[in-house]
Amino acid sequence: MPSCIPVRAWLAACMLALAALCGSPAAYAGDDELSATLIQFRDADFDGKTELVEKLVVLDNPRVAVILNALSDSRLYFQEDPGRVVIGLGDGSEITIEDAVTGAALGQVGKRDLDRITANNRLRSLIEDRLASLGLSSADPSQRRAAIDVFLRNPDPAGVPRLQARLAVETDAKTRQLLTVALALADLANPDATVRAKAATDLGGQLQPEIRGRLAKAAAEDSDPAVREAAQRALSHTQFRLQMLGWAETLFFGLSLGSVLILAAIGLAVTFGVMGVINMAHGELMMLGAYTTWLVQQWLPVNWSLPVAVPLAFLVTALVGIAIERGVIRFLYGRPLETLLATFGISLILQQAVRTIFSPLNRSVSAPDWMSGTFAIGPLEVTMNRLVILGFCIAVFALLWLALQRTRLGLEVRAVSQNRAMARAMGVPSARVDALTFGLGSGVAGVAGVALSQLTNVGPNLGQSYIVDSFMVVVFGGVGNLWGTLVAGLSLGVANKVLEPWTGAVLAKIVVLVFLILFIQKRPRGLFPQRGRAAEV
Amino acid sequence: MSELISDLDGGGLSLPQKPVDTRHGILLYLEEVTVSFDGFKAIDNLSLYIGDGELRCIIGPNGAGKTTMMDIITGKTKPDSGRVFFGQNIDLLKLDEPAIARIGIGRKFQRPTVIEPLTVIENLELAMSGAKRLRGLMTTRLNSEERDRIAAVLERIGLSEHGGRLAGILAHGQKQWLEIGMLLMQEPRLLLVDEPVAGMTPAEMDRTAELLRSLAGSHSVVVVEHDMGFVRSIADYVTVLHQGRVLAEGQLEDLQIDPTVIEVYLGAGDAYH
Amino acid sequence: MLIPRWLLSDRAGLVLLAVLAILGIGVPILSLWTPPDHPLHLSAYTVTLLGKYLCYALLAVAVDLVWGYMGILSLGHAAFFALGGYCFGMYLMRQIGTRGVYGDPVLPDFMVFLNWKELPWYWYGFDHFSFALLMVLVVPGLLAFVFGWFAFRSRVSGVYLSIITQALTYALMLAFFRNEMGFGGNNGLTDFKDVLGYPIHDDGTRIVLFILSILALAGGYLLCRWLVSTRMGRVLVAIRDAEDRARFLGYRVEQVKVLVFTLSAMLAGIAGALYVPQVGIINPGEFAPINSIEAVIWVAVGGRGTLVGAVVGAVLINYAKSWLTGALPEVWLFALGGLFVAVTLLLPRGLIGLLRPRETTT
Repeated sequence: MPSCIPVRAWLAACMLALAALCGSPAAYAGDDELSATLIQFRDADFDGKTELVEKLVVLDNPRVAVILNALSDSRLYFQEDPGRVVIGLGDGSEITIEDAVTGAALGQVGKRDLDRITANNRLRSLIEDRLASLGLSSADPSQRRAAIDVFLRNPDPAGVPRLQARLAVETDAKTRQLLTVALALADLANPDATVRAKAATDLGGQLQPEIRGRLAKAAAEDSDPAVREAAQRALSHTQFRLQMLGWAETLFFGLSLGSVLILAAIGLAVTFGVMGVINMAHGELMMLGAYTTWLVQQWLPVNWSLPVAVPLAFLVTALVGIAIERGVIRFLYGRPLETLLATFGISLILQQAVRTIFSPLNRSVSAPDWMSGTFAIGPLEVTMNRLVILGFCIAVFALLWLALQRTRLGLEVRAVSQNRAMARAMGVPSARVDALTFGLGSGVAGVAGVALSQLTNVGPNLGQSYIVDSFMVVVFGGVGNLWGTLVAGLSLGVANKVLEPWTGAVLAKIVVLVFLILFIQKRPRGLFPQRGRAAEV
Repeated sequence: MSELISDLDGGGLSLPQKPVDTRHGILLYLEEVTVSFDGFKAIDNLSLYIGDGELRCIIGPNGAGKTTMMDIITGKTKPDSGRVFFGQNIDLLKLDEPAIARIGIGRKFQRPTVIEPLTVIENLELAMSGAKRLRGLMTTRLNSEERDRIAAVLERIGLSEHGGRLAGILAHGQKQWLEIGMLLMQEPRLLLVDEPVAGMTPAEMDRTAELLRSLAGSHSVVVVEHDMGFVRSIADYVTVLHQGRVLAEGQLEDLQIDPTVIEVYLGAGDAYH
Repeated sequence: MLIPRWLLSDRAGLVLLAVLAILGIGVPILSLWTPPDHPLHLSAYTVTLLGKYLCYALLAVAVDLVWGYMGILSLGHAAFFALGGYCFGMYLMRQIGTRGVYGDPVLPDFMVFLNWKELPWYWYGFDHFSFALLMVLVVPGLLAFVFGWFAFRSRVSGVYLSIITQALTYALMLAFFRNEMGFGGNNGLTDFKDVLGYPIHDDGTRIVLFILSILALAGGYLLCRWLVSTRMGRVLVAIRDAEDRARFLGYRVEQVKVLVFTLSAMLAGIAGALYVPQVGIINPGEFAPINSIEAVIWVAVGGRGTLVGAVVGAVLINYAKSWLTGALPEVWLFALGGLFVAVTLLLPRGLIGLLRPRETTT
């Protein structure tokens, strides 16, 4: 497979180059020796070049991998004036070049000013082999593992002795384990059937597609029935692990969706659950929180915007909430249906206000660096932003719970919600408590909006898409019960994601909605109903 | 759809066709009834018998289980165990609220509950027995027999002059009477009356006492009341409930000197005297 | 006198019926028998617009029957409206025949586009006018019956009921957006050609549809007015104001609720069925929760529990909507939102309440 060789060499070189980039770009002590060796390439024949390659390999200079790779690709040139070896970065009559030793960019030169240093296939395979060894003996364990990964993708029997040699001296546990797997993979081609069977067993549970492919091949084609059976067993072991991994992934996505649902619903759990106020403008308060994030990003660098946006969004939406409570809702206590209509009107006004002020188009809120990328939990890779939002949701929940359980305001809120008349008789200023409670619930909605701005489009319709869901979460959990909201949000999120593979996203949502409608028929007061006479209202 | 209509027409879920059997002189049997809410026993092994045509007062401190007992009789709450029979032959536990109402048990709530946007006559018409079938509901006017029945009840509750007024603008006491009148329109065998004189003037109380006394005999009446003076003015026989069970039963004069009763209830303060 | 007493005492209702009669006679004259340049001539566009308002008014009457009289705030009535509309839309689709873009004699265009080979079973029969009319009543009625049966029997009430009706229409909207449902997905049903053989865009057909809308509204109004003036009407009020009282008087509250809810859904279905041929399209957007809530606000503005108020509110607000979304599109949502707040805070009895002084309370 000659066509494979450059690819493999390129891969190995890339990894080494990457490592080199991460390391210091400053000049190495051995640069003089490197350039002295390189100059000799100009006049060497292929045998001479072979020796020179061997010489380069032992130099322990990070540029070696780049140079060897260039040589293998026929991109290594000698520049007559001023007499140095350079690497070409393209093809054509004008070539961008860089210094082979330092990597410094040297601009463009005409092709005729350069003298190509040629390589043949024998040299190329030597380079490839040496590059692999170079990786294996690297001081950095992750580079060593990268080198082994190259082998796993294309197990060349020639590489086996190198791996064995490395295994003898390897101290890093993860690398040792990977080496064992790589050797077992090589053993699958062993002429001895018992070795093959053992190798197949050892490879069970390894998730890399290359290994699964080779096992499947062994299970189908191996001449020895024992090996076929061992491979089959190993495959089902792998299958099991894959399934577990799939479940873990579904669970994570479910929890992630659940955390979004909780964030959307938790403010409602305060205003609807504790106060009994139906606030249809809740979604629009979240939208205001999201727009606050966008505004903050206009002034502050993205990486700093969220820590500022969270308290600011809380403040803004809490104030809007208090204004709504004082201006409208307080006149409607005890008339839930009217409250529903009035707050729906407010939601329309807020939507249109945002459309008028910020335009009806979606605004793009950027993600800070520390929320991009992925994070590995074992073999499971999760996106950083979802993980952060999950954690954020837990933090918001904990803070809200503490606020309701451990503060004076929380005590007064609970007192008013349980028995308004008695609380007033005991000197609780119920009007102030109402305003502050509503402000708290609204503020939490704003904070949720900051999180949502990281997941969805920030536009005037952001709130609408969450309002049905969030009411369902609160009602499902049991009105007036924060823990119920938590459990309801998480379980609905997971249920949605579990259904999705079978039904597709939209149908999953419909199924969950229909389930909720039926559930409320069965238990109108939710999973965790509030008890006692007060709850009868 | 037709099933629904026939159900509306027929008067409901397993409504017994046979009349109430009161050959033993007892109209209502509650035997060993227990109900608990979240571990708290609101009614604890309660047994109570109401005679046919009897006027019974039930007293007891707050939380004694009086309202829960009414809820059980009228089907709002199902007990955990025990038997509730109307006469010897009708098992009330198998019926729902409307069915219980239709076999002749009327209930007045603690808070006067009349339909405020309707007139007094319309309220009574609403309660009229026999009008609850679908066909009976699809009419806009009263026939002469119905008018006579309503007039008789108006007379009885003393609201003859207020027939055309909206129930919402009646005085508090008048609303109480109207609600009792609505019960009478149902032609019940048993009336359950929860605190009929709360918030009434002494004159109104006297008229209410007279009204309830006049009902006894032709109806059985169970009155739950806090006001001792009122109880004394109407009842010959009184049951004291305490912590969900019967503490004592007998003539009011005897109970007032019963030490256990004095301790849990009468002893609680002079407010009840 | 031929007019029954229950109607005679309803003066506002008589005014409404008179206005409808004048419209029913006047509009065809002004539209068909006046020259187009005559100052009083009504264009086809105006006639259609008026017809649309009448459909909305019938929907509002249906909402008022359950909300104003029985106290059930349904935030899902637009679902029944849309279902009635889809049923009639399916008939109109089948009438297109080979005149569609793809010329398939049986399959509507969108099915050909999706590469479907056969008509789904639930489209059978919709080529018959009478079957489609029956379905206009049955489909919304059945949904309301089943939904109400479960919801009312478990005594779901108040805000909870409002929330699950909203969830119901939301779920239906999501479902109808799916192409796999077989109702045209996003685009819904459109490009209708004719109804009972008459070209749907003809002025004459439009006038007939307009007159049918007037008759439907008048009929729906009379049915509801009669119902609320019978003893049943008093039972509804009793259920609204003191549900337990009604139950302990011996009324099967749940069954009454289911019955009236179903009736109301059927009225909404009729309104939807008349709406579709006049506007020429039905799509899943009609299921959007906001449509149901808008219908509620028409009733609130006009005055709940009056029936006439529902008609007045529906026509006024929709007229304002047509005008504002044309003239000042920015302002429309502010106005509508403000209306919600103002009516609930300042005008709890609606416009009709302004005309009719409150009879009394202490």
